[in-house]
Amino acid sequence: MNLRLHIWRQKEPGAQGMLKTYDVADVSEHMSFLEMLDVLNERLLENGEDPVAFEHDCREGICGTCGIVINGRPHGPVPKTTVCQLHMRSFHDGDSITIEPWRASAFPVVKDLVVDRSAFDRIVQKGGFVSVNTGNAPDGNAIPVPKVNADLAMDAASCIGCGACVAACPNASAMLFTAAKIGHLHSLPQGQTEKGARVYNMVLAMDDEGFGACTNHLECEAACPKGISALFIAKMNAEFVINSLL
Amino acid sequence: MNTELSGRTPLGSLADKWEKHKNELKLVNPSNKRKYSVIVVGTGLAGSSAAATLAELGYNVTAITYNDSPRRAHSIAAQGGINAAKNYQNDGDSVWRLFYDTIKGGDFRAREANVYRLAQVSGNIIDQCVAQGVPFAREYGGYLANRSFGGAQVSRTFYARGQTGQQLLLGAYQALSRQVGLGKVNLLTKKEMMDVVVVDGRAHGVVIRDLVDGKIEALTADAVLLCTGGYSNVFYLSTNAKACNVTAVYRAYKRGALFANPCFTQIHPTCIPVSGDYQSKLTLMSESLRNDGRIWVPKERGDTREPNRIPEDERDYYLERKYPSFGNLSPRDIASRAAKEVCDDGRGVGPGGKGVYLDFADAINRLGRNVIEDRYGNLFEMYQRITGEDPYSVPMRIYPAVHYTMGGLWVDYNLMSNVNGLFVLGEANFSDHGANRLGASALMQGLADGYFIIPYTLGGYLASTGVGERTEAVREKATEAVQHSEEKIRHLLAIKGNRTPTSFHRELGKIMWDKCGMARNEQGLRSALVEIPQLRDEFWNNLKVPGTGEELNQSLEHSSRVADFLEFAELMVRDALHRNESCGGHFREEFQTEDGEAKRNDNEFTYVAAWEYNGNNAPLMHKEHLRFENVELATRSYK
Repeated sequence: MNLRLHIWRQKEPGAQGMLKTYDVADVSEHMSFLEMLDVLNERLLENGEDPVAFEHDCREGICGTCGIVINGRPHGPVPKTTVCQLHMRSFHDGDSITIEPWRASAFPVVKDLVVDRSAFDRIVQKGGFVSVNTGNAPDGNAIPVPKVNADLAMDAASCIGCGACVAACPNASAMLFTAAKIGHLHSLPQGQTEKGARVYNMVLAMDDEGFGACTNHLECEAACPKGISALFIAKMNAEFVINSLL
Repeated sequence: MNTELSGRTPLGSLADKWEKHKNELKLVNPSNKRKYSVIVVGTGLAGSSAAATLAELGYNVTAITYNDSPRRAHSIAAQGGINAAKNYQNDGDSVWRLFYDTIKGGDFRAREANVYRLAQVSGNIIDQCVAQGVPFAREYGGYLANRSFGGAQVSRTFYARGQTGQQLLLGAYQALSRQVGLGKVNLLTKKEMMDVVVVDGRAHGVVIRDLVDGKIEALTADAVLLCTGGYSNVFYLSTNAKACNVTAVYRAYKRGALFANPCFTQIHPTCIPVSGDYQSKLTLMSESLRNDGRIWVPKERGDTREPNRIPEDERDYYLERKYPSFGNLSPRDIASRAAKEVCDDGRGVGPGGKGVYLDFADAINRLGRNVIEDRYGNLFEMYQRITGEDPYSVPMRIYPAVHYTMGGLWVDYNLMSNVNGLFVLGEANFSDHGANRLGASALMQGLADGYFIIPYTLGGYLASTGVGERTEAVREKATEAVQHSEEKIRHLLAIKGNRTPTSFHRELGKIMWDKCGMARNEQGLRSALVEIPQLRDEFWNNLKVPGTGEELNQSLEHSSRVADFLEFAELMVRDALHRNESCGGHFREEFQTEDGEAKRNDNEFTYVAAWEYNGNNAPLMHKEHLRFENVELATRSYK
């Protein structure tokens, strides 16, 4: 198939960016979206042009490195699918595709489609862990966990930290990301001891980084490649309120 | 040539060695630990667990990753699970059995004492991860669940759905993040290691390049830990993440660290086949699928009928035929070679004949679609996303792909290379898997090294050597190493030729896959030794990299890594050529039994081949003879 791509090009942070148009011919339906961009980049390189910078690594949907907005949707049109797992059979000959970076002031553009997501790491550093030094642990089976809680924890913990939730949200809120980590740890007995401080510190960190608030659009849940439920946000809010009143 | 190396394994009985060694290692006083600085390169399972634990102990730690976050490291992609000798299933597991399975699975080419220690600490890893909140699978009673994996007759694999690597890495990442938040770890992201600063046989630091602004600088420390993973991407197509590379360990090799058994690479039998020339990587399908899927090809060559139209008696279920007792669950190396054999015989299926069927029709008839969906639903979805085919109605097509590298930098029992103060952890070292790794053992080794071994052995080293003085010689060497790295970057940018780094990488990968892949022979290896230097020459004369070295330049990053692969590949081929035997992942066609099985040569090759860089001359080989005092060298049989 032949495609017309409109790609966000921006030389460096703070520089003026713009959408540039590229035609790509003979795209196989079996290519992944990123392989289609590889083909474009090889061609740009051969012509002596600067290839499009984009982030990617595992290309199997788990590392969370890739992330671009395709026709206005983070990770593109297929639900629960990262852009590295999106294949060109989801597009048609003659399609025009607009490709942009995550848009959020807390995720400044580094170059082209690459953004700086270190704000996520800083939120985790404020409480997204259990304070247990190596060597402290009792036997694994000394802490039984009901299967339903373990499954719930796993649902939340499957977050890959890609940032699609922020990109999808009209407020560029990081609520789903933060709530997923809190939801993971608070579904388990191991997470109970530091519960109050964790939710308080992580929510404040989220605000400090410049992410917006949640106004229940639920776009985050729709865009999440792992299908993490926005119910975790409600739980986080409840815990935050309780903790703030205490 | 052929100097004898010692692994410095402690004396005493196998079961007591580690305890005894820990008691004898010197300790660093708690208030003195902050005087020592440690650089950890790489933040996968080994790197994150080591950095977090050393910071908890009080050392000054700097952790470096080329990704934008430590959580992106490729450990995250491990699916199946992590082994531990907990014997929670009461099925007869023990430290000894885990040790024996690992030594046997490695085809008797690993160091006994290291493997035994790995089995000993395996249980502590599970405890630690549970305490961190890793959401392992549970039974209804709330206790930990286990499943079985290839090469073992007990159920000892702990797992978190099909995302065990992700959850273990997040556990280590969170422990690391806690230390970063406390100011105990200086975390540097988007920085790539370019060189090691070595003075008088001791590592004093590293040279790093900032991938966003291109700045190159030296960092000094009292010890350096390389936790930089494996080199499967020398084949271009592998199941590794795109950025995985050999640069850190290869540059350490060029500064004097020995590279052990580089030819020991693992090919995983169940990956999605290549679909076209644009293919950028291969995707693994978990080994667990072989529990219920049956592997077959048509009996007739060139049979292009739809699989469902090929009658039962015209199918060859070759694994069940050749290995009746293990059948479709034969170990990875054996299943991979059998697939190659039938495809080479012209009976492969799919585009280019490079594939075999993995068929679930029988299992669906027997158990019902619901059961299969429950067991493998996410894998079936992934397969369908990538291929556009529905594996519930059409058999999957699979083909082997490079997956893991057992070889790596040589380390002694303390995980220290022959360069003092340069430690190597996880997949980057060679130590525990011999010539073949068993499933669910990579995660175990990475975390054993980081959580439970390095905290002791590093302390022993620092307490006996003291703070590394930043002498004039160290400063000079650091400056020189920075200039050397800057020069290399300038050189890459100055070639201004016509070929892209990807095209060189692809071509190198093809040479390696054809001549140093699943099966190797002398003739092929010798021709690779001619082709690789030719390609390398072309690379340095005809490479095209746009842009500058002072900006985010992904082509430049890739070029720098390909340059190292082009040198390293030759070392790998040399090692494969010298090892005149077949063992584990290293299959030399000249050395096989009458029915095509790997034939080891224990009399001549029961050693680790550790290669020393020798400038433009051929590398020098040192041998560490492996002594098996507790197990008998047996022929692996899965018939």
